[in-house]
This record gives sequence, structure tokens and C-alpha cells, in this order.
Amino acid sequence: MAVLNVNPTRMELTRLKKQLTTAVRGHKLLKDKRDELMRRYLDLIRENRTLREEVEKGIAEANGHFSAASAVMSKESLDVALLYPKQEAYLDYSVQNVMSVEIPVFDVTMRTADASDIYSYGFASTSFELDGAVSEMSALLPKLLKLAEIEKSTQRMAVEIEKTRRRVNALEHVMIPRYRDTIRMITMKLEENDRSGRARLMKVKDMMIKQNIENHKNNPETI
Amino acid sequence: MVKIAVFGDYESIKGYSSIGLNIFPCEKSEEAETLFKSLLTGEYGIVYITEEYASLFAEEIEKYDDKLLPAIIPIPALKNNNGFGINRLKASVEKAVGSDIIFNK
Repeated sequence: MAVLNVNPTRMELTRLKKQLTTAVRGHKLLKDKRDELMRRYLDLIRENRTLREEVEKGIAEANGHFSAASAVMSKESLDVALLYPKQEAYLDYSVQNVMSVEIPVFDVTMRTADASDIYSYGFASTSFELDGAVSEMSALLPKLLKLAEIEKSTQRMAVEIEKTRRRVNALEHVMIPRYRDTIRMITMKLEENDRSGRARLMKVKDMMIKQNIENHKNNPETI
Repeated sequence: MVKIAVFGDYESIKGYSSIGLNIFPCEKSEEAETLFKSLLTGEYGIVYITEEYASLFAEEIEKYDDKLLPAIIPIPALKNNNGFGINRLKASVEKAVGSDIIFNK
């Protein structure tokens, strides 16, 4: 039994009782937060998993096409075709709050208005494999962004869940029992004081009565 | 307004430049780490990194797990893929739930 190091007084008792109520309420709230975070996290991590598998597959396919393109084109002409891109992606982000976890929401804007305007080279000198690879890549971009968004969210949520779980456990297994024990200890001490005071009074009363009787025996006139 | 960076060996990431992402090719050396760290200063909102390099800089990447940005996302490269991306998800589930209940099927 672990008790806090406090004086066993009524004032401490009231203070501790108040703290216990707060701790119990906090514990309930944090537990709810943990459960809700966990529910959302599990949904999100499943989505994350499927999305990652899709993206990895997509990248592998696009990479395959790039390899095919580099097989039929010289390295120099391939580099020339790719090195000066027409597009540039700018990222706008807003912050969304999910159960006090801030997660980013990405929104991409391209330099040129037409998003399909991706071929930075003339078609005459390049192979068609390259066109395929580039168009696959550009189709993959929304998924890549979504993956970044979801993966960031799951990471931050995992951190927050861990923190919340620690807090819930600390309250449940350390703080609340400690408050309860201390309150019990103080109540018992106060009761004990009360009893010992009462016993002392009774003893004194007995002694006084006894003395009165003695006095009465010796001096029957005085009463 | 932030930008998107892709970090890895040149052969694996050259394709990303065609869709307007900024590529940072590097070969294995001390410079790689300096270059990678320079991407994390706030200019880039998302940093895609090939799995090979991601596992090299795992500690550095972990520091940013708790931050809003940048999002550091491992992607597979042409070669030397080690499953870092999916393993990271597993670790995250283990951290949040206590045991891996999603991937161990």
C-alpha cells in the first residue's frame, strides 16, 4: 500500500478527495480518447496497408517501363528527355485535427494548368516505353500524395495512442490507488484520534465519579 | 507552399522528375546524409526516400514521426529493396496496439 506523504488532517482529506474525483474523471475521458483514437487508427492503418501495396506495385511497374525505355534509348537521350521537366508540383497543406492529433491534408498544384501536360520531350527522339512510364508515374502521383498523408497520420496517431495509453495506465494503476489508500489512511487515523479522545474522556469521567463517591463517603454532608 | 522531394539513387528516382517532383540523386557517401538532412529543414513537405537509404537513415527518420511536416515516406527503388516501408507500418501498429494485429496474418 503506497500512501502519499501528507499530514493526516481534515484539510488534506478534503483536498485529496477533490483530487481523486478529478483523477477519476480524467481517467474516464482519457480512456474514451484512447478507444476512439484506436478505432480510427485501425481503420486508417488498414487503408494505409492497401494503399502502400498499390503504390509499391505501381512504382515497380513504372520502374519496369523506365528500364525498358533505357534499354532502347541511350542514357544521354533519356537523361535529356527527363532532366528538364515541364511540370513542377507545389504542395499546399492544411491541418486537420483528429482527436487532438494534428494531421496534414495535402493538396497539390501543378505549374502548368493542364495536369496531363507531362511530356517534357518531343516524341520523335524518344521511345514509346518512356511515354508509358511517364504517364504511369503521373497517374501514381495522387496515390503517392494520399500515401504520404495517411502514413503521416498513422505515425502521429500511433505516438498519441502510446502517450494516452501511458497516461490512462498511470492514472488507473498508480495515481488513483495512491489517492484511495491515502484517503483511507487519513480517515482511519482521524477515526482513531476520535476514539482515543473519547476513551480518554470516559476514563476522566469515571475517575471524577469515583472521586465524587469517595468524597461523599468521607463527608456525607457534602454532595 | 512547400515542395516535394525525392531522394535516392539516380536510376530509381529519375522518373519522378517527369511529374514535377524535385529529385535529389546521390551515391553512397557521407554527402548523402548531409544532403538528406538539408531536405528536412522545412522547404519540403513530403520527402520520398528509397528504402535502401531509408534504412540507413532510420534514426533520423524516426525523429520526424511526431512532427507535422515533413512526411518522410519510403518508396521502393529498382534494387536493394528491403521492405522498410511495410516494416515501418508494422512497427507503428506494434507501438499503438501493443502487438501486431494487422500484418501477422
